[in-house]
Formats: sequence, C-alpha cells, structure tokens
Amino acid sequence: MENTIKSIIDKYEGDKGFLVPVLQDVQKELNYLPREALDLVSSFLEIPLSYIFEVATFYKAFSLKPRGRFQMQLCKGTACHVRGVPLIIDQVERELNIKEGETTEDLEYTFETVNCLGACALGPILVVNGEYHGQMNIAKTSRLLKKLAKESEKSEEGKS
Amino acid sequence: MDKITSQDQLKVLQESIVAKRDPDKTCITICAGTGCLAYGTQKLIDSFREEIVKRDLQDTVELRTSGCHGFCERGPIVVIFPKKIFYQRVGLDDAPEILEKTIGNGEIIERLLYENPINGEKLTFEDDVPFYNKQMRLLLAQNPEIDPKSFDDFIANGGYQALAKAIGTMTPESVIQEIIDADLRGRGGGGFPAGWKWDATRKAEGDVKYVICNADEGDPGAYMDRSLLEGNPHSILEGMLIGAFAIGCSEGYIYVRNEYPLAVENTELAIAKAREIGLLGNNIMGSDFSFDIKIVRGGGAFVCGESSALFASIEGRSGEPRAKYVHATDRGLYDKPTTLNNVETWANVPLIIGRGSAWYQSIGTEGSKGTKIFALVGKINNTGLVEVPMGTTLKEIIYDIGGGIPDGRKFKAVQTGGPSGGCIPAEHLDTPVDFDELTKLGSMMGSGGMIVMDDRNCMVDVARYFLSFLEEESCGKCTPCREGVHQMRLILDRICAGEGKEDDIDTLEWMGQAIADGSLCALGGSAPSPVLSTIRYFRDEYLAHIRDKKCPAGVCKALITYTINADCTGCRLCVKPCPTQAITGEKKQLHVIDQDKCIQCGACYEVCKDNAVTVA
Repeated sequence: MENTIKSIIDKYEGDKGFLVPVLQDVQKELNYLPREALDLVSSFLEIPLSYIFEVATFYKAFSLKPRGRFQMQLCKGTACHVRGVPLIIDQVERELNIKEGETTEDLEYTFETVNCLGACALGPILVVNGEYHGQMNIAKTSRLLKKLAKESEKSEEGKS
Repeated sequence: MDKITSQDQLKVLQESIVAKRDPDKTCITICAGTGCLAYGTQKLIDSFREEIVKRDLQDTVELRTSGCHGFCERGPIVVIFPKKIFYQRVGLDDAPEILEKTIGNGEIIERLLYENPINGEKLTFEDDVPFYNKQMRLLLAQNPEIDPKSFDDFIANGGYQALAKAIGTMTPESVIQEIIDADLRGRGGGGFPAGWKWDATRKAEGDVKYVICNADEGDPGAYMDRSLLEGNPHSILEGMLIGAFAIGCSEGYIYVRNEYPLAVENTELAIAKAREIGLLGNNIMGSDFSFDIKIVRGGGAFVCGESSALFASIEGRSGEPRAKYVHATDRGLYDKPTTLNNVETWANVPLIIGRGSAWYQSIGTEGSKGTKIFALVGKINNTGLVEVPMGTTLKEIIYDIGGGIPDGRKFKAVQTGGPSGGCIPAEHLDTPVDFDELTKLGSMMGSGGMIVMDDRNCMVDVARYFLSFLEEESCGKCTPCREGVHQMRLILDRICAGEGKEDDIDTLEWMGQAIADGSLCALGGSAPSPVLSTIRYFRDEYLAHIRDKKCPAGVCKALITYTINADCTGCRLCVKPCPTQAITGEKKQLHVIDQDKCIQCGACYEVCKDNAVTVA
C-alpha cells in the first residue's frame, strides 16, 4: 500500500493543495479509504490526520468503509425523482435489506444514490459498476437484482 | 506542429486545415456525449469504424465522434453531413445498413427518421426537426461539427480567432469594456454582470490574480456545462484566455465535478494541445501575455459550486463558504483577486469578442442579453438541451421545442433554478424567460435546469425532495441553514405522512424567511424557495394533505390507497410482482388488493396494461 500511495502523491509533486485529488486517486485504487492509507497520506503530505479526516468526511465521494463488489448508484436527480425514483429506492432497500448508502455484510452490494448523472433522458438511471441501466422501473429493477444475485451465487460456487 | 506565435500564423494554420478538407465529403457524425454513450453508443461507433474499413470507404467517408447534440431523448443520434440527414434512436447494430443503403445507394432509412408528433410526417433533415429549428444555437452550434478531441476541427471552425483579435488588436481595458457593453450576465445562477467582475479584479491590487471556470455543475437535472466542456473544451479555454488577458492573470483553474469523467478527459487533452501549440504558456501569440490552466476535480459536494467554498476546495480544504463582505475580486483563491465565472459564461466570451457587443446586445431582452441553454427534463417528450434567446416563453420551450407532456397527461408545473429555485404553474407559461422575470415569479434562472412535472407529481413531495437534498448538502457551518432546513424538512415529512397541522404552512413561511435572511451563503439563502414557491402556487395541495389527509397526485405513501377497478381483466400480471402477496384473484376474474398487506410500492400500478389499478 505504501508504494501505491507514494506514487499517487508523487504525481501531484507532494503539493498539499491537491489533497482532494490524492484521496480520490487512493480511493480509486483501494476501493475505499482505509485508516492505514489515511495515515500514510498524512505522513507523506505532512498534514495532520484530523485534517485529512475532516476533508474525507466532508466530501460525499469518499468512503471510509469497504464497498461492495456490485456498486450500485441510483441517480436521485430531480428528473429521475419525478419519474419515480423514490419507489425504486424503497424496492432496492427492501430487497437487499440495507439502507441507502450502506453495504451488505457479505460485501457483495453497495447501494448509493447520487445527485445527478446528467443523462436525464434515460431517467431513472441505475449504474452498476459503471454500466448504465436506463429508464428503470420496478419490474426492470427486480430483473436486474435477480441477475446480480445469480452472478453472486456463481462466483460463490467458484470460490468453494 | 510548430507553435503559433502570431495572429497571422493562426490564420495560415486555419487556412491550411480548411484547404485540406472537402466540405462536400460525406461525414458520419455520431453523438458521443455522456447521454448518448449511456445508451451504449460506443458499440455503434466501433461498428461504424470496422465496417468502413471492411467496405474500403476510408477515403470517401469520414467518421466523426462529436460532443452532445442536445436531443438526448432520441439518442443514439447519427447525422450525415453535408446534407445533415438526421437519424435518431439508431440501433447499436445499424451501422452496416446505414453504410449500405444511405451511404452506398443514397437511400433514406425511414425507420430511423424523426416523426413529427403533430402530423406524423417523417423528417429527413436535421434542419426540419422542430426541436432544432426553433432554437437559436450559438454556444452549442459547434458541438455536432467538431470532434472535441480534435484541435484541427476547432481551428477549422474559427477557433482562437477571438483570442487573436483580443491580443492583437485590443487592449485589456477595451476587452473588458466590450464585455460590459454586451451586458453579459453570469450563467451560473446569480446573473451578476461578468464585465464588472473582470473590471474589479483587474483594478484590485496584487501581483497574482486568478481566473476560474466553475464546472461544478451541481444542480440536479442540469447538464449544459458538462456538454459544453466535453463537447467543445477549446471554446472554454479560449474564453478563459481572453478573460485572463483582460484581467491580467497568469494562472487559471477549471474546477470540475468528478462525476464528469469525459469532460475531464477532453479538457485535459485540450489543455495539453493548447500548451503544445503555444496557446497556453509563456508569451502567447508572441505577446507578453502568459497564462496556464490547471484542472481540479471536485469531491461531490454541492456547496462547492458556491464561489468561496470552491476556493476552499481548490486549496485542499473542506468546502465551507465564508461571509461575503470581502469580495472574491479582492480576495478570492489563496486570498488573491479572483474572477470566477461558470462554463457557459466563459463560452459566451469568444462570441462577444469575435462578433462584437452590438451584435450580442441585439439578442435577448432588456435586462438579459444573449442566449441561454436549458436542460429540459422530467415529464417532457423531448428531453434535451435547448438553447434559446433570452425572452423565449416557457410555453415555447416546453411545447414547441419540448413537444409537450408525454402519455397525454396534464402539465402541472415547471421547476427552474435547481434546488434554489421554485415551481412555476401553468398560468405563468406565457412568461418570457430571463433573469428578472423568473425572479419575479419566486423562482430563478439558476444554471438553467428546467424540470417539467405533470399531474402525477406532488408539489409537497417535490418541496420535500429539494429540502432533503439541501439538508444533506448543507456544509453545517451556519445555524439557520443547518438547523432551519432540517426543521422545515421534518415539518414536510409530517405533512406527507398525514400528520400535518393547520398552522404548519404559516410556520414554514416564517421559518423560510428567517433562513433566507440569516444564512451565510446562497445555498441557505435560497433553500426555502422551493417550499415558499409551492406554497404560493399550490397552497390547496398542502391543505389537501393537512386537512383532508389526501395526496391528490397519488404520491405520498401514507395518504394513498391502491385499488383495482372493474376494468381488470384478470390477467394476473400484477400478482407476481407484488412483494407482499397482497393481490388475489382467479384468472379472468376481478383481482383485489388486501389493504392490510399493501405497502404502496406501486409495482401493480406499473405493470397493469388495462389501467385498472388506481391510486387515490
């Protein structure tokens, strides 16, 4: 981990002003911001940990907890909202048994909402690991969740 | 390529690029904006590429992946130049057929044409499509005509000529005067005259000054800045260069949302190219003007669109705003004089310098000049980006360009100005849209989001939606915003849950006023607007929730009941999706919903083909 973080910080020439981009890149590499990573950023950039913690908790893009294998982001922009997103939020929460912003215990699913993806013609939009699923409704969400569950099972079998 | 060191050299470069191009050559342009890419357009692009090689058409047919064309509803979009044959909702495997029929035999593929919903007529050319021909596209004009990754495309279309004009023939003062004369007002929301800001920054004391492009487009439902930046990044650089020249800055920043990866990628490429060619760096075009630009990606905080929070974020701190008694033009980024304008404002600058303030003044209304791009979204037939002269009426935008409301439903309201704006009802549809008129209606221009709502949208729910959004995005620094917005949201929660009290509306009104007066920045200052504007125009709907315990639009779960009426054909389609097994009934018999089990999830309503499920 030390080398990963060092190379990210080198990219920004150790400039303290680039703390936010540094953390973005660290999260991209490690999937979330583990405590050890923040310690390393703190010592390399010579910024107090408390300060880094302030920044990392201020911005919505950062996660201090591990995130799931299927990262689901549901657009909660106004256009999506008026096209029925609240019902889909309820549905996903019900079916995965987690709340918005949480990750399932088995680290399979993370369910987040985002403010606006700016692809409003496709709303409601659900993005799973970067892949867009447009014009979602309850039935389509149901099918998608079943498909993901199958993939999840398959990989479990593969492991055992 | 050699560096450009004079105005003449730029002219020579442009001429040499244009001379190599045949304007009559067939060019297949595919929209590769974020919206169309979300449809899976990359597959279509790859397929066109392969097929062109396979058919040995490389010499006769050009393929261009362009920025956003704006008609997102109809993506993927393919336009064939020079005639501008307009194909919409193109299938991802339609490339062979288009090459075979249209390119090979000059045959038009009917299925891919846009059908005018008014008379059913199929329209072959883009210029005939009402969505386009009723707009005035100045800022978005180049998007379909250039590949954002191609410097040559931009230069061929007259790129950087306005910068050359400014550096070569104008003084910084006369550039600022031109922007003041044009009455260019900031497109980010506030509508503050850009020229005044430039002038104040120029006159402020200090060796180091900054220009910043605010691309932290946070208003949900607005994406014009992204489309400009990802579709035509050099035009933004050119605007910033002209601004920096006029103000006397050597450093600039573009602060862009991290959620816009394509905009970041295209802008990074554009900056690298501009540096290579000498349009960024030292002694630009042989003058003593030097300037460079850095990109900073945001961290997903709405408040960072506010200028002082944005400065904090660039400096690597949490994005908390500060009080505004010191202007950014005196002490902004790193406490140096700073001019911050949003993407669309910068995009206007080369047009004004290139064509003159008198021309610009001729477009728009008394107090608002030029065009404005709106993101027309929500319950609207033609979702997309619409650029019209200031003063165009809401009706023209929503009906003539937007094609009205889908599924034969009734228009209820249009929300403008993002979370800080308000909802405008049907009786004001004839209002000409400009900064001042929207403010008079209790809403605002904002960055140009226009969310259309129909009779199935509940205004109390919409107000609550915006408050929850702002509650989450409040930075927490000042009490009126942090606590006040939270308390207002709790009241709205109660109203939506059927526990509203008679005096709640009064409480919301005085509380809203107090939050507006007492908050530190514009986020809190305008946070109550969605509530106040919906109370102003839709008081009856609030009263229906509070007194009658009804949600007339059928949205608020605690106040609605799903029932199945006599139109039910007993098709059983609704039985399986019901998560609580609340629906019973034999095949071909009327079905019934067990109200004790129903959780109002809406699954049956969605699947019913006979409109037999009703909400009340």
